[in-house]
Amino acid sequence: MTDMTSSVQSTFVRPAQARRDIGIKKRYAAERRFKAYGLAAILIGLFFLFVLLWTVVSKGYTAFQQTAITLPIEFSEQIIDPKNERGANPAKLMTANYPFLVRDALIKALGIDPANKPLVKQATDMVSASARTQLRDLVVANPAIIGTTANVSLLAEGNIDSANKGQIDLTVAEASRKVKDQQLEWMKKLTETGAMAKQFNTGLFTYGASSRPEAAGIGVAALGSLYMMLIVLVLALPIGVAASIYLEEFAPKNRLTDLIEVNINNLAAVPSIVYGLLGLSIFINFAGMPRSAALVGGLVLTLMTLPTIIIATRAALKAVPPSIRSAALGLGASKMQTIFHHVLPLAMPGVLTGTIIGLAHALGETAPLLLIGMVAFVVDYPGSPMDPSTALPVQIYMWANEAERAFVERTSGAIMILLIFLVVMNLGAILLRRRFERRW
Amino acid sequence: MSTSLILLIILIVGLAAYFAGRARAMASSKGKLSVLHSLPGYHGVYVAIWAVLPAAFVLAIWLLASPFFVENSVRSALPESVHSQGSATTELMLGQVMQVANGLKLLNTEELAAVTSGSSNLRDALAAKGVPMANAGETYMVEAAQKYNSLKDSSRWVMSAVVLIIAIAGAVFAIRGISAPFRARNRVERVMLGALLLASSIAILTTVGIVGSMLSEAIRFFQSVSPSAFFFGTVWDPRFSAAGSGGTEGQFGLLPLLAGTLYIAFVAMLFAVPVGLFAAIYMAEYARPVVRGIAKPLLEILAGIPTIVYGFFALVTVGPFLRDISAQLNGLVTGNYVNFIQAQSVLTAGLVMGIMLIPFVSSLSDDIITQVPRSLRDGSLGLGATRSETIKRVILPAALPGIVGALLLTASRAVGETMIVVLAAGVAARMQLNPFEAMTTVTVKIVNQLTGDLEFNSPQTLVAFALGITLFAITLCLNIYALYIVRKYREQYE
Repeated sequence: MTDMTSSVQSTFVRPAQARRDIGIKKRYAAERRFKAYGLAAILIGLFFLFVLLWTVVSKGYTAFQQTAITLPIEFSEQIIDPKNERGANPAKLMTANYPFLVRDALIKALGIDPANKPLVKQATDMVSASARTQLRDLVVANPAIIGTTANVSLLAEGNIDSANKGQIDLTVAEASRKVKDQQLEWMKKLTETGAMAKQFNTGLFTYGASSRPEAAGIGVAALGSLYMMLIVLVLALPIGVAASIYLEEFAPKNRLTDLIEVNINNLAAVPSIVYGLLGLSIFINFAGMPRSAALVGGLVLTLMTLPTIIIATRAALKAVPPSIRSAALGLGASKMQTIFHHVLPLAMPGVLTGTIIGLAHALGETAPLLLIGMVAFVVDYPGSPMDPSTALPVQIYMWANEAERAFVERTSGAIMILLIFLVVMNLGAILLRRRFERRW
Repeated sequence: MSTSLILLIILIVGLAAYFAGRARAMASSKGKLSVLHSLPGYHGVYVAIWAVLPAAFVLAIWLLASPFFVENSVRSALPESVHSQGSATTELMLGQVMQVANGLKLLNTEELAAVTSGSSNLRDALAAKGVPMANAGETYMVEAAQKYNSLKDSSRWVMSAVVLIIAIAGAVFAIRGISAPFRARNRVERVMLGALLLASSIAILTTVGIVGSMLSEAIRFFQSVSPSAFFFGTVWDPRFSAAGSGGTEGQFGLLPLLAGTLYIAFVAMLFAVPVGLFAAIYMAEYARPVVRGIAKPLLEILAGIPTIVYGFFALVTVGPFLRDISAQLNGLVTGNYVNFIQAQSVLTAGLVMGIMLIPFVSSLSDDIITQVPRSLRDGSLGLGATRSETIKRVILPAALPGIVGALLLTASRAVGETMIVVLAAGVAARMQLNPFEAMTTVTVKIVNQLTGDLEFNSPQTLVAFALGITLFAITLCLNIYALYIVRKYREQYE
């Protein structure tokens, strides 16, 4: 006590002295610095988000346009069916030399000397090799077209397309450039006559895999992804909801339940590639399901999505207040009736939100699909989930490994489409939550 | 009858059983529904369950078991000359017989007669139908194949009949039991409870499946490569084996892969932890609600972007950027414009993975920081500490166990990440410390060993499962320990 008074006095008797420096300025500076670090951290995160999206969009938006060359194609009988056998053998039309039609049309349109072989080769190189199947399909569908001339819009070859979009560096020496000066001149000529123009790239949405960028699209991969999402939805939602109902409402609180709980939390954090190994060894090796099938992919993704759905559903069930349960039980409902008639419907928005987020996650997942053989060159639409198919993110992975500029563009375009799907799904989840979520 | 047709018929029987049971319950109530113990619908479902479940169960068992019986009887019917050549040959011939059996179904009666009498060549006849055969085929094969086909057909017919009888018998049995006081609801609910239990056991089955399948394949791998050579080997050089040679000359050292995995994860954490943690602190303690309401969802977008997109980002943007900027730096300092950072490097992969991990760190830590009780905060502020001092001296120490748990969960994700490292880290397995060079990871090698044409008995592919189980074990330890810490931490403040 005496000590205290003396110390109080001692400070009190020296009023003239300046206030003791207790480092307040330093402390405030530290405070400001600390706050700035926090702000900087958030800005760094947002900066990278912006750069990432900018990269994808700036590289990818051109993928939605494709250069096409519209040429008057003369379906000359001389070339398609010189011996007039198509009546007897319609298969003849499948093997006719359609590229010659394109060649002749180009020679006429560009005014090249047909005898100058290298020049003709350069000209025909400007048109995608997919023109062959395009013309064949036209003729097979309508044999009466033979002998007439029709304007056909053909895809330009990938490098020509890139050059037309201004993506090829023209200052590079001609010899080490994919597009030659002569071709550039022709491009200018064709553009002036209106024969060459950029149009909306519907092929990106409808075509399958192709080694030629101009004929490659995500249609087939998107169908594979759709099959898988349906399988995941049909399997994971009921199983996940049933499992959570059991764990949340019926399971006795004992070590086994505890084990299941830890197990589910752990499964949610297991690397996705491990699920791929599981699928490969159980579904393909042991159960003998076909490789590359959407069915196997769907099953693997189901197992991967289940923990997410279970965790979300359990949280939603937990959020329903006990008064609802008590009221229903008090009116004579059985426990099963209470849950299925009252608790579950009230928890449904939360369940659906969790399911959509789980589905969005499954849609973007690539690694497990690589192991079950979905890295496949699939050209045709899979007719059923048992057919070989590929998935949207796997298609992106395969394109990312291609070097051509036109593929980089398509990869980014496909990523944009994938991200749009994900944004739509997540927005749906948010809206669902906003619209139906109840605070008790 | 095809399996799906049988299933459809069972379902139709079930539907009919539902209405029959319902009607029977209504009838037994004699117009006064309140005398029924259970609602009529429950009686209907009860009968339907009796109709469908046993039949479906028998169907499943039959479908699983019948191929074994059929194969066994066909195998024993193969001539002695085949059996004497050992079991491998027997299996080979059995496979061929099954192929022939499938082919025979495509032949019409005349061709079939020609083949059975031996007057036309089996191989040519099948080739005409698009069924290729390895060798000419022998006459016993046709016999065995016919036996196989007939056994399979009869098994299918018997199965259809048995399943149908069981479905109808079940329905009839259940209908006979229905009366007004019958406790149908309790029975139905017990079945439902069983179904719920079954669903929740799938989670356990998945884990068992993961561990079991990977262990069994890994054990097959360890039969040809010793575990010590795998776990302590320092050279990774699997040398793809030619088909059938079964060459095991490759070296399967885990250490270079593990070093790369941990190194890349370390770089990623080095980047993600400070950024994520500071972002979480700012959002939990400083940000106004409006800023928080915008910044938090924006950062979480990063978590929703598929990892393949990050991989692409690393491949086309970050990698080339680091390469070019290192060349520029080198040029400014030494005058020699040579890049010292490779486009595919530990740094590229680590940086991009770090970006991906920022939202994980920040949202997990944010949750944990906001769980620290208000009273601790107020006490510190009331004693005159500034906010940053409160955070550093009070909140972070109080939240430390939870944050460590969150960081461990993040680390487990970094270790198991695949697509970013596949595209950005490179495939060269080496042990070195330069972060500007390429290294490879466990996940990259799993993908490398298992894409392409597979031959399942070579160590080159089986090693992927040994790698997988190692990865699983590492992440399992991290996860369980992290979950344990987080759980304990929650209990502390709840």
